[in-house]
Amino acid sequence: MKSLEVHLRELRATGRKALVPYFMAGVTPDWTRHVAAAVLGGADAIEIGIPFSDPMMDGVVIQEAAQRSLAAGTTIDTICAELTGASSGAPLIAMTYYNLFHHYGLRRAAGRLSASGIVGAIVPDLTLEESEPWREVCDDTDIATIFLVAPSTTPERFKTLASTTQGFCYASARMAVTGRAAGDGDATRVVNAVRATSDVPTYVGIGITTPAQARDASQRSDGVIVGSALVDTILRGASPADTEEFVASFRRAIDE
Amino acid sequence: MSQRSDYMGIPSSTGHFGDFGGRFVPEALMPACLELEAAFIDAWADPVFIDEYRTVLQEFGGRPTPVTYLGRFSKKFGVEVFAKREDLAHTGSHKINNVVGQTLLTRRMGKARVIAETGAGQHGVATATAAARLGLECTVFMGEVDTQRQVLNVFRMELLGSKVVPVTSGSKTLKDAVNEAMREWVTCVQDTHYCLGSVMGPHPFPWMVREFQSIIGHEASEQLARRGVGVPDMVVACVGGGSNAAGIFAGFANTTARLVGVEAAGGAAVSNGSPGVLHGMKSMLIQSEHGQIEEAHSISAGLDYPGIGPEHAYLAAAGRAEYFGMGDEEVLVALQTLSELEGIIPALESAHAVAWIMQEAGKAIPRGSTVLLNMSGRGDKDVAQVRDILRGRE
Repeated sequence: MKSLEVHLRELRATGRKALVPYFMAGVTPDWTRHVAAAVLGGADAIEIGIPFSDPMMDGVVIQEAAQRSLAAGTTIDTICAELTGASSGAPLIAMTYYNLFHHYGLRRAAGRLSASGIVGAIVPDLTLEESEPWREVCDDTDIATIFLVAPSTTPERFKTLASTTQGFCYASARMAVTGRAAGDGDATRVVNAVRATSDVPTYVGIGITTPAQARDASQRSDGVIVGSALVDTILRGASPADTEEFVASFRRAIDE
Repeated sequence: MSQRSDYMGIPSSTGHFGDFGGRFVPEALMPACLELEAAFIDAWADPVFIDEYRTVLQEFGGRPTPVTYLGRFSKKFGVEVFAKREDLAHTGSHKINNVVGQTLLTRRMGKARVIAETGAGQHGVATATAAARLGLECTVFMGEVDTQRQVLNVFRMELLGSKVVPVTSGSKTLKDAVNEAMREWVTCVQDTHYCLGSVMGPHPFPWMVREFQSIIGHEASEQLARRGVGVPDMVVACVGGGSNAAGIFAGFANTTARLVGVEAAGGAAVSNGSPGVLHGMKSMLIQSEHGQIEEAHSISAGLDYPGIGPEHAYLAAAGRAEYFGMGDEEVLVALQTLSELEGIIPALESAHAVAWIMQEAGKAIPRGSTVLLNMSGRGDKDVAQVRDILRGRE
């Protein structure tokens, strides 16, 4: 079992619901300070977005963040260089689109991420059916490959995805791209579908924008992922201190 | 050249053509891709469906389109050129073949709405047309830059009862329209079919769109046989995503004919690209050293795409088809030459194929060769743009 999953299972055993904020790497020069602030605010793991020119699964906020980051010259190498040596205090999970890893070379990409302290990868356009080459190279590292499930996922696919995902299972609360909608969506049904077939930790994401939503979703699952709402504050000039308070507000709601 | 005889058949069960193709989409869309694959396989084996598809293309789409011998053009360039006249099909291009098939399939799947992407507007207009005929709701995503360049096509789609959504993300052109259509599809996949316009995207789209377009090649093959030409020495078509080329190649893939695809020089994914993953497929893409997708640049909006359909990438890798880039200047000259010599104003896209024949006649195309040219669309949509460019030089 990958160290990420061991860690997240231990976290669950303590009764703590996981809070996983998402950051777009390189969106501001001080983005790693935001990451550290989020950990101080109570984050249990961090998603590090690697910007891609054509983010098919993302709404306007993360698209904008990706464009800003790319305009600043962000690459896999610049991100890894900035992460190396910076101890965040929480597991780091890369999130990006498959072309970047494919282009970099799968083995080389997994090695580079791993050497920078990254222990997981979410690649939303990498389907289970196409994932074998990537999972193979990750098996030589400690990188966990995290799969998403969605409200449209069929019972058979729930079973395969839940047994293949490593670290946790990313439950899309709704049929939407990131940041587009609010509300509870189908989170309960999706989480239960995973739980019916696997005991892997299951976190809810897509459309979690307020502490109250995070609390509700965390009560039905093992944790929540907060992306666009947080990225939006950073795009509008939030400081690392603001980020710490933003994450802490979610933490307090979840722990209530 | 390879003598294999099974090109352009059924892809692997996972939708691969050699190393290319496959499915690279969010999990949320996987069930829809699987449903579509099953529906297409079922429909394409159903004589009732095939009969309706063919009948609609005859009675509504204007098929079969003729093959025209280009006498003066042939004499001038020393090669025997026959044009397959997709420019005479309803809505002015080959796009109608695909949308008739996909809208019939939409109805068969019990879905009431289609969405589509469009660059110049040809596929958008064709989709709006086919949707109107079946009473399907239709929304077309079009880059904001393209909505401004192609104001009349936006109005055409609206006249046909469709909604046009300007896309403001990324480069605001075709590739971003595809992204936005995919994002929209995630939210409405239960009742909506994504009517993709070319031989690209996740399986089964590249295969399905090629099958719906293969009527071009099969008709042309019969027409050339009937007039005693037989198998041409060469088949030449322009390539953006590559649907018209795939359609005409399909009639000749397992013959001795050389197959040539002509891309825009500023979007030559086979010549200048490298393997990558975009829009649900693995194919050849124009990308930066870091794997970021780059914008294509072409005088023709229809070829302004940084990728190419995965089956073309495969045909290129296998050596069965060849792909070349053609610059804007040569294309403008070709458009004028064909207009003056043959009374046919080609679409800027199709003029890429004309330009390659003009450039290579007597060189890569030996004198006296028979060449089948796919006249994929008519130039009416481009005359204002061409006028502005030519007048600007006076």
